[in-house]
Amino acid sequence: MTATEPSAPRTGSLPLALEARGIVKAFPGVLANDHVDFDLRPGEVHALLGENGAGKSTLMNVLAGLYRPDEGAIRVDGREVEFRSPRDAIAAGIGMVHQHFTLVPSQTVAENALLGLDRPRFRLDLKHTEAQVAGLARDVRLHVDPRARIWQLSVGEQQRVEIIKLLVQGARVLILDEPTAVLAPQEIADLFATLRSMVATGTSVVFISHKLGEVLSIADRITVMRGGLVTAAGIAPEGVTRADLARLMVGRPVLEQLKRIEVEPGRLVLKVDEVHADSDRGVPALRGASLEVHAGEIVGIAAVAGNGQSELAHVITGLRSCTGRVTIDGRDVAGRPAREAIAAGVGHVPEDRAGVGSAPNLSLVDNLILRAFRRPPLARGPMLDDGAARDKAEGLREAYAISAPTIDAPVRILSGGNLQRLILAREIDSAPKVLIAVQPTRGLDVGAIEGVHQLLLDLRAKGTGILLISEELEELLALADRVLVMYEGRVTANFDSPTGGDVEAIGLQMTGGDA
Amino acid sequence: MIHLEPRGQPPRWLSPLLTVAAVVVALVIGAVVLALVGGDPLKSYLHIVDAAFGDIGVLSDTLVKATPLILTGLACALAFRMRLWNIGAEGQFLLGAWGASFVVLGLGLPEGTPAIVLIPAMMLAGALAGAIWGFIPGILRARLGVNEIITTLMLNYVALAWVQFWVFGPWSEGGFQQTATFPREAWLPRLTDFGKDIPLFSGLTTHVGLVFALIATAVGWVVVSRTRWGYEMRLMGDNAAAARYAGIDIRRYIVVIFAISGALAGLAGMSEVAGSVHRLQDRISPGYGFTAIIIAYLAHLGPWRVVVASILFGALILAGREIQPSGVPAMIQGIILFCLIVADVFTRYRVVAGRRAAAAA
Amino acid sequence: MIDLTLILAAGVASGTILLFAAVGEIFAERAGVLNLGVEGMMLMGAVAGFSGNPWIGLLLAMLAGAALSLIHAVVTIHLRAEQVISGLALTFLGSGVARVLGDGLSSAGSIETLPRLTIPLLSQVPLLGPILFRDQSILTYVGFVLVPVAWYWIDRTRPGLNLRAVGERPAAADAQGVDVVRVRYAYVLVGGLLAGLAGATITLAISPGWFGDQTVAGRGWIAVGLVIFAQWSPIRAAVGAYLFGAIFRFILDLQGVKSLLGFDNPFQAGRSATFFLEMLPYAFVVLVVIVGSREALRRRVGAPAALGIPYVRGERGA
Repeated sequence: MTATEPSAPRTGSLPLALEARGIVKAFPGVLANDHVDFDLRPGEVHALLGENGAGKSTLMNVLAGLYRPDEGAIRVDGREVEFRSPRDAIAAGIGMVHQHFTLVPSQTVAENALLGLDRPRFRLDLKHTEAQVAGLARDVRLHVDPRARIWQLSVGEQQRVEIIKLLVQGARVLILDEPTAVLAPQEIADLFATLRSMVATGTSVVFISHKLGEVLSIADRITVMRGGLVTAAGIAPEGVTRADLARLMVGRPVLEQLKRIEVEPGRLVLKVDEVHADSDRGVPALRGASLEVHAGEIVGIAAVAGNGQSELAHVITGLRSCTGRVTIDGRDVAGRPAREAIAAGVGHVPEDRAGVGSAPNLSLVDNLILRAFRRPPLARGPMLDDGAARDKAEGLREAYAISAPTIDAPVRILSGGNLQRLILAREIDSAPKVLIAVQPTRGLDVGAIEGVHQLLLDLRAKGTGILLISEELEELLALADRVLVMYEGRVTANFDSPTGGDVEAIGLQMTGGDA
Repeated sequence: MIHLEPRGQPPRWLSPLLTVAAVVVALVIGAVVLALVGGDPLKSYLHIVDAAFGDIGVLSDTLVKATPLILTGLACALAFRMRLWNIGAEGQFLLGAWGASFVVLGLGLPEGTPAIVLIPAMMLAGALAGAIWGFIPGILRARLGVNEIITTLMLNYVALAWVQFWVFGPWSEGGFQQTATFPREAWLPRLTDFGKDIPLFSGLTTHVGLVFALIATAVGWVVVSRTRWGYEMRLMGDNAAAARYAGIDIRRYIVVIFAISGALAGLAGMSEVAGSVHRLQDRISPGYGFTAIIIAYLAHLGPWRVVVASILFGALILAGREIQPSGVPAMIQGIILFCLIVADVFTRYRVVAGRRAAAAA
Repeated sequence: MIDLTLILAAGVASGTILLFAAVGEIFAERAGVLNLGVEGMMLMGAVAGFSGNPWIGLLLAMLAGAALSLIHAVVTIHLRAEQVISGLALTFLGSGVARVLGDGLSSAGSIETLPRLTIPLLSQVPLLGPILFRDQSILTYVGFVLVPVAWYWIDRTRPGLNLRAVGERPAAADAQGVDVVRVRYAYVLVGGLLAGLAGATITLAISPGWFGDQTVAGRGWIAVGLVIFAQWSPIRAAVGAYLFGAIFRFILDLQGVKSLLGFDNPFQAGRSATFFLEMLPYAFVVLVVIVGSREALRRRVGAPAALGIPYVRGERGA
């Protein structure tokens, strides 16, 4: 860090808490930040809005010391600084809570907080740190047990740990990257209350998001980015509509125009009956979950992360053992290997695209035939017909507009949206009776999201039953014929043809209903 | 500062070029080290070339050394494809050699039992013994998640002691550490057996084991590149979670692959005792199972590279017996493997000079 | 007759070899780097012991081990190659070079070894005293000190906290300003240093003499197996190492006696049944690793989560 002459105070009597001028950051093939300016006043909540790939995370990573900008200057409290590593940023009082938590799962809260501190330099005094953490938590009204191990905590609790970690290190500027993605409506309200109380003590908050509604409700000022550029710098939310923000984000009027036709639900294609299953950690995750899906209907599942919805998807697709009954079009596949669920007619768009849904280093062809390779025309006895495989791959690529140099290219070079298109193409092509789609639009930009939504609606029109598990309530409301709520491993509520007015009720159910 | 960046799709000529370059660089480094230790690299290298390819007789001997390398190389390559680290090819080879010997020495078959009975029985016994020796670490890994590197390695040492017991004990010939020579019916046919009809073949020791090896290579290539199993293995080797998601029974595959891998190595052992040495002895393997690891590393580029590499390494082993000091072939193997690793890195990544960057947020 | 105290004392001495190698590997693996080249590094360390002066030999052994591990570090950390293969290559290289250098060295105990000591008061402690503190090589005492120091370092210090974070979730450590690359390099080198020390312990303390690759006889691999059994804890590694040392020693003694419990000893060296004894240590490692794995499954702990996975900033995963 270098200190030069403090710059003249700006508007108001206090210097800006954080100021970035002319930030340029390029990666191979993409200019993520193109001469970006950004400023943060002390004691404000400043929202940074943009869709995925707009450059907002990059900008914040620069400010948090993770990336070195190719050009540009940063000032903290009026002093010019240069961050060579996250350490320098933390020392300057800037802390970032990332989308993917940077916590060490096997260690305790206190140990995680300790990780970033300079002192103690050598001998550790865990008790002292635990007391420190507990004290700070009380001050900001965040409840967390300093001796708990991270893997034991819920996602919402882990987020609190991330914030505490930064406060312990003396952060005065808090950067939150998409913090509400993993929270239920009630928890979001709690988070906003916490932010307000922190801001009242002089801390400043940068709130990165792509959720227009939240941004309008929490932000004191809003900056919008698109394609590496700033399209609106520090505007006040008064008088700004969501349509305005959407236009600034995407550059064209955005209104999701989905084609949705009336479909009569047909026969029962999926029945889950009193299913019990454990999570990866060995604790019960499903405690008697039951639901039904009919042909031609989309059933949505609304739940806070960690209430059994992931395990539900695994159980239906044969990736997790369970007790109870899981019937696919009349065939019971509970506890049986995945192969049988597939044969019974289940399609699965998994939560983890790259980690589970695809083989990143294999070609598009190899990934596209993943469901079809056991049957003719691709399979002739034990042999795999290479020509037929390539034909199928080429056909799917065109039909679903998957953007890739060739069908032999490794799948890891595909963008998130294209990878999801590939997975959907493959699953839909296998003509499943019921499709389990888990967080299908996570991390995609607006155009891609619309594409996925239309594909799901088209599939519904063709008579497939769809179980849609999503953290985005808006998505469920837009697509689902019925919305179920899962809480603590059970299906606790059913909302038929839900509308925007049901959000509060759904949110209440997601956090346990009437206590 | 330089750093690495993944290539999208490497050009097809890059990999063979870098492989050859790696071997050349390795030989140069080896020469330097040899010179530093007081050897004469040029003389040693020329000697190797002469001793292995000098005339048709030694060429034939080189092929004999290459035969078990091809089979054990395939064995390791099969497992490595799925990121199953079978370091136990050496032990599986020894068990196979023992199994084949058991048919001749332990079953008490009457004298004069024809080759048409003995040879297939030896093949079966060798493959079976090797398969069992591969099955053990396989099932431990599949069921209990036990690290297969350790188990296969330890079983190498157990196998060696097992063979030593039989060779020094019940089957020992005249108190030496080897068994009696097998009866003629237990010998795999060699080129020299046809020496009377084709004078060219007279004295050539290349035996039918080479044919097994080449057939295995061809079958292996077909299975891996053209069958459903090959596809499933590809999937498992790249992303086990995706393979499960695709409905593949990973645990069963692990056990089966380990057993087949062991069987191939066991067959190599059988071919060595029945085709080359015609007896079981203490030092039946000059480290075939370990050299196979390097050969297997080349295999992901193509099965026929296994054959070529086996011939070259066979040459090294053949001539290496006479090279002083005795650590030289192992040292060269280590250098070659490192150079191959680095070459592989450069195939998959591009070197870029400039500021440190990371993947786009 | 077999004197139990002598056997156990010799077992502690012999176990020291495994101890150094295992603790070194624990450091490397705790940082997330698997180094299978232990056998090769130990052989280099062993041959370095023949440098004339035993102290020089000791130093050279540690330097040799560190130098070899540096190759592995560059290849796996900077070049992000597969750690398993690189480690195997290191074994080939190390044992090859060691055998080249060791060619012509005699197998007779004709080199000067490191001094041996008896600790005055401690060696009179009943039962344990004569085993642990009487007439042991200096290196054995170094081993006694290494274990608690290693445990304290890993568990109770800041550098240890950083080490553990790097091995479990390097992205978290990185975000907190810990230099993941530097930490990994450092501990791989420490592992190499200790492996070299382990090799030197063989020739400079336990069984001076060069026997080609039989000098180490697979103990490097046994050490890697011990790390799994030890659940990456230096204290458990010590228990395992001394246990194995005793087993090795016991086997050696069993092979040396002419009569066993009044009967003619079939396991004598030179008789064929002795090879069943030779199998024992290795079969035992298999058992020990099975036990370690089952425990890991049961307790849901186990290997450092990022073990074997190269770290690239910006990539999700480890």
